[in-house]
Amino acid sequence: MKRVSMTVNGVRHEADVESRTLLVHFIREQLELTGTNVGCDTSSCGACTILMNGQSVKSCTVLAVQADGAAVTTVEGLASNGDWHPVQKAFHENHGLQCGFCTPGMMMAAVGYLDENPAPTEEEVRLALEGNLCRCTGYHNIVKAVLAAADDMGS
Amino acid sequence: MATAEKYVGGGVPRKEDPKLLTGQGQFLEGLTLPGMLHAALVRSPHGSARINSVDVSAAAAAEGVVAALSGADLADEWAAGLPMAWPVTDDIRIPDHWPVAQDVVRYVGDAVAVVVATSRNAALDAAELVEVDYEVLEAVVDVEAALADGAPRVHESFDDNKSYTWALTNGDVDAAFAKADVVVAERYTQPRLIPNAMEPRAVVAQSVPSTGDFTVWSTTQIPHVAKVLFALTLGIPEGQIRVIAPPDVGGGFGSKLNVYAEEALCIALARRLGKPVKWVAGRSEGYLATIHGRDQVQEIEIAATSDGKILGYRVHILAAMGAYLQLVAPGVPLLGAFLYCGCYGGEAYHFECTGVFTNTTPTDAYRGAGRPEATYAIERVIDALAREVGVDAAEIRRRNFLPAGDMVQSPGGLAFDSADYEPALDRALELLDYDGFRSDQAERRAGGGRRQTGVGFSSYVEICGLAPSQVLASLKYGAGGWDAATVRMLPTGKAEVVTGSSPHGQGHVTSWSQIAADALGIPYEDVTVLHGDTHVAPHGMNTYGSRSLAVAGVAVHNACGRVVDKARGLAAHLLEVAPEDLEYEAGTFSVKGVPDRTKSMPELAFAAWTAHSLPEDSEPGLEASCVYDPPNFTFPFGTHVAVVEVDTETGAVDLVRYIAVDDCGPVINPVIVDGQVHGGVAQGIAAALYEEATYAEDGTLETASMVNYLVPSAAEFPSFETDRTVTPSTSNPMGVKGIGEAGTIGSAPAVINAIVDALSHLGVTDVPMPASPERVWRAIRAAQGGEE
Repeated sequence: MKRVSMTVNGVRHEADVESRTLLVHFIREQLELTGTNVGCDTSSCGACTILMNGQSVKSCTVLAVQADGAAVTTVEGLASNGDWHPVQKAFHENHGLQCGFCTPGMMMAAVGYLDENPAPTEEEVRLALEGNLCRCTGYHNIVKAVLAAADDMGS
Repeated sequence: MATAEKYVGGGVPRKEDPKLLTGQGQFLEGLTLPGMLHAALVRSPHGSARINSVDVSAAAAAEGVVAALSGADLADEWAAGLPMAWPVTDDIRIPDHWPVAQDVVRYVGDAVAVVVATSRNAALDAAELVEVDYEVLEAVVDVEAALADGAPRVHESFDDNKSYTWALTNGDVDAAFAKADVVVAERYTQPRLIPNAMEPRAVVAQSVPSTGDFTVWSTTQIPHVAKVLFALTLGIPEGQIRVIAPPDVGGGFGSKLNVYAEEALCIALARRLGKPVKWVAGRSEGYLATIHGRDQVQEIEIAATSDGKILGYRVHILAAMGAYLQLVAPGVPLLGAFLYCGCYGGEAYHFECTGVFTNTTPTDAYRGAGRPEATYAIERVIDALAREVGVDAAEIRRRNFLPAGDMVQSPGGLAFDSADYEPALDRALELLDYDGFRSDQAERRAGGGRRQTGVGFSSYVEICGLAPSQVLASLKYGAGGWDAATVRMLPTGKAEVVTGSSPHGQGHVTSWSQIAADALGIPYEDVTVLHGDTHVAPHGMNTYGSRSLAVAGVAVHNACGRVVDKARGLAAHLLEVAPEDLEYEAGTFSVKGVPDRTKSMPELAFAAWTAHSLPEDSEPGLEASCVYDPPNFTFPFGTHVAVVEVDTETGAVDLVRYIAVDDCGPVINPVIVDGQVHGGVAQGIAAALYEEATYAEDGTLETASMVNYLVPSAAEFPSFETDRTVTPSTSNPMGVKGIGEAGTIGSAPAVINAIVDALSHLGVTDVPMPASPERVWRAIRAAQGGEE
């Protein structure tokens, strides 16, 4: 067991973890933040995407011990004071989700990307999200939502 | 019933969204119960093998392990094998299908043992310690190889690998072919596909040992159907099983329309161990243990006149069942059996399908189920006919469309409601600017550049809302075609809708709220929709085959009508007038000619609850139910158009435009309908260009994870252009048809037709799915006389 400490959604946590524990399992099982989903076992689907020190990462590809000292944001930390993040609003307004399983990861990837590129083109959004799979929407409304969020955040 | 359409037809944002957007989704993996144990399965690494022995002793002794059991250890748990509910012929061969194999394994992934431990990791670790001694047998993974003389038999108890042959003939087929000017014969293969709902399957089973009651949470599309089948498989009285599809199920596409080994197993383990047992599939495990789709070989011949009018159809298909028969697998080809003539006419029709066992993961219904396969064959072969007789691809469709009308007889034998196929084609051509496209194409061809462009059409008709139940009986389907709803006005003036459908992304909560809010004249926000729990909704046939709106949604509509009828009697009583002296609009009854004498639905709901003054023979409460069994199928249709650019040097295909004009009748929520089209189209495009599950000869699944099975991302698609025509169905009072699968049904042939069109000047007439750059490049080489 290793001792790790990290700030998750602004709250500091300390815990003992097995060395092999993936960050996503630490978040889901030890911190009981179950909004971040696990959709595959090959780092392909991106359902588990979170922000680690502001960068979007697949939390199934990071060991909990590697996140020691990091600042982590999960989907539960996206809204502030009850106000939805513009990406959450845009997904709702543009029907950017159906079953909602990929949605937390998809939104976190979008938030991370819009921080790097606040005014992307459609093509850029499509390329930026290629690590996140969705089986319901055909991505049409996801891309529309991310572009709408970019507009909203830029205005 | 006068219904003010305040919400129906509008794109109200979904009620489902807030929790899913904030990380509060209630997916099954997040469910934890006190004392819960975790199951991990040991699966066969061989496509075919005899089990000599299973040694679970090391696993049983591992830390945290509560039980380690082989198939033989579990044999007494089963009152019956896993169910198959669609025995399509009287002489179909139905093999035993035990949740855990007892003597022979028949595909890679067949379960051979289970380990139960106090944590998932402990169970997974200990599963590695189970020692199985196999005698490896020869496997067969291809449908044609499986039917060859001397092929290894998947089931030794059967003489060969044929499960059934089902045939259908209408008219004099030989005569139609004899008088034809042209006959076009094509052969297509439908690659095996992995559904890939984003949420992997999971199950939790809990028993109450003192009473023998069970609660089963499962990521299922069919909680009510599963309840019946769990009772039969496990020998548990049906009334003692409660099945709950969690409030949020992360997609299905048919892959959760089944009764799986792990569901039965978790119930059996909960019974045996007296503790809750949970199993969650890993994605790669799911690739082995969750049904696959398609995997068919199709031969289609059409007979036509020299001007391209189709006279007759002959279709022979081989359909892979996989190693066992899953819930409705034999019937999947039958869902397409009537549709190999598409939306076209003709005099005669013959269809024949043979279901074949192979040493592969069982197949079953995957989005579209039989209809994408049929649509692909007819929409490809009609292009071949167009080339043969020298008629434009749009024109050949127009020439063969069935006439517009209601209950139009199709050569396949069904009568299509709401047929009107030309307007959708016209609209698609208009959105495309067909003439402009052809002149651009001609210019590029003349220029001789390496990037050439092509357009492909697909004018589809499909079948939704499988019903009525008597017709399903004639197809030997093991369940009914009805669905149920209860609508209940609550004392505070709000309404509860209990539905038999079981949504997993479709937005039923939103759509059913729109229907009920309009019918009852109350705010959309005041409607609650309850679903997915057999203790809450006692009846349901659940969600598959694009049936939910056309059956369960209509049941909601009808139940609302009955609530309004009952409310009318109460209003008349309270206002001291005759019921027929009342007008009803938007939730308010008013006395004709005295508009200020009114009773609103909330007032009536409260009065019905207090029951202080009710009409004679009236019971307290304002509630009604409807079990709706439609008189016919519905037949949505449309025309899809794909525009591609093909790099003739590398074979790379770029899908540059995709236009979908669909007719699903009146629309409850256009935003949701467009979303269904987008997602459906994406799955069809994925089949056309990217996805294919392949097996090595020994039965190893080569595409065994998301790394090598190519589920496309946003980067692989363009934005889609959607439009609609609206031709109401006559099969139900709302005129609705269904839209869940139309996109998948229409799209794959449009894409492949476009690729062939782009390369037709080079002599290419076919490119197999998925049209990878290599396959396209080989098709070009072969057409130009080089080696394939």
